[in-house]
Amino acid sequence: MRHVVAGADEIAPGERKIVAVAGRSIGVFNVGGEYFALRNRCPHQGGALCEGQLWGVLQSERPGQFDYQPSREILSCPWHGWEFHLRTGQSWCAPDKLRVNRYAVAKVAGADLVPGDDPQDDAGAPAPGMVKGPYTAETYPVERDGAYLVVELPTGERPARVVATGSRSPASATLPGNSSASP
Amino acid sequence: MLDGTGVEAAIASCLYAVDSVHHPDVAAALAGAVNDWLSSEWLQPEPRLRGSVVVPIRIPALAVAEIDRVAGRPGFVQVLIPARTEHPLGSRLFHPLWECIERHGLVAGIHFGGSPVTPPTPTGWPSYFIEVYADMAGVFATQLTSMIVEGVFDAFPKLRVAFLESGFTWLPAHLWRMDKEWKNLRRLVPWVKRPPSEYVREHVRLAIQPLDAPPEPGPLLDVVAQLGGDHMLLYASDYPHLHAADPEPALLAHLPRALQVKVRSENARGLYRL
Repeated sequence: MRHVVAGADEIAPGERKIVAVAGRSIGVFNVGGEYFALRNRCPHQGGALCEGQLWGVLQSERPGQFDYQPSREILSCPWHGWEFHLRTGQSWCAPDKLRVNRYAVAKVAGADLVPGDDPQDDAGAPAPGMVKGPYTAETYPVERDGAYLVVELPTGERPARVVATGSRSPASATLPGNSSASP
Repeated sequence: MLDGTGVEAAIASCLYAVDSVHHPDVAAALAGAVNDWLSSEWLQPEPRLRGSVVVPIRIPALAVAEIDRVAGRPGFVQVLIPARTEHPLGSRLFHPLWECIERHGLVAGIHFGGSPVTPPTPTGWPSYFIEVYADMAGVFATQLTSMIVEGVFDAFPKLRVAFLESGFTWLPAHLWRMDKEWKNLRRLVPWVKRPPSEYVREHVRLAIQPLDAPPEPGPLLDVVAQLGGDHMLLYASDYPHLHAADPEPALLAHLPRALQVKVRSENARGLYRL
């Protein structure tokens, strides 16, 4: 389901906005004109992930060699520094096991969001594909000639979880903050 | 010694304290003399015996020259490196040494002890030998951390390491901690692309002496399971030293038969290409 979360010009490149949508806190990021949205909850211990620092992508094949891409797409949690890629929601450590929910963001014209002038339109009904409710109408009075950022939430989405695979010994399973580590 | 024991191969590590000699040329000459003696008096007459190359570790370039000099001789399978060194073993000072050991297909055998100018504990000079002995596990842990985060195994991916007289009960908890901190601080060492425990399980093996034996074998078997693989442990006698815990009744007798075989022979066979 789509939710209007901001005016199109409201989040400048390099900036972010944390919004509440359908009971979830979600961070919407503008990275050089591309928009990304992640759930504002670190899968590690529930920290406010989207309040963390953004970093460039740093890779290396051997000690002393640095390949730094300055586009700030790596988000690190303010609690413990775990890193997540805005583009995919995957963690940098254990990317096959650990991810944060991400959502599609689209820039949509106001004319596509509000009911048309056609007398047959029901002014009180939500536009096609839109959800009607306090998270959209009250926060964002949409006008036909504006442009808006819209976040799409899948219906029936489950909260982000740490997915651990493989067998773990009881000793390692009880270590706090290490729930996805191999023993 | 070997006759009548059923021992197929034994690796001799001559703990000649070359690293305590500060004169670089004397240290190199002593190391060369030990290696020549080991080769001619022991390795050549006794085919069951293999040997470790002694090196003047304080000057890595001299250590490399000595390895290059003797590595091709029959019987040398390992380079003997003291656990205590003047600089952490992952430091780039030592990368030429790791390159040399990898190039010759030898094993880096990091052994208890060493006498650098630095104290044996991170908090200074202790008063009694028991402190040095009991705390050596921490020295091994520090060297392991250094080698991983300095990218030794990324730069030299075929390097094989044996920890000798290190014990192994300290390792699982140290790996848990390293893996956890790697998740938090990985971007400081971006060449470390996998959790540290994965590097250890791929590149490092540990000899079973000295055995930190609890009163009952159960907790020790838990630690063995936490090592994360049947391939991690190597039998060691530490002959001629005697240790308080005999590994036969304290550990080996309690292991499943298949794991006993691995610890007694298969793991060393694989590591040393025997």
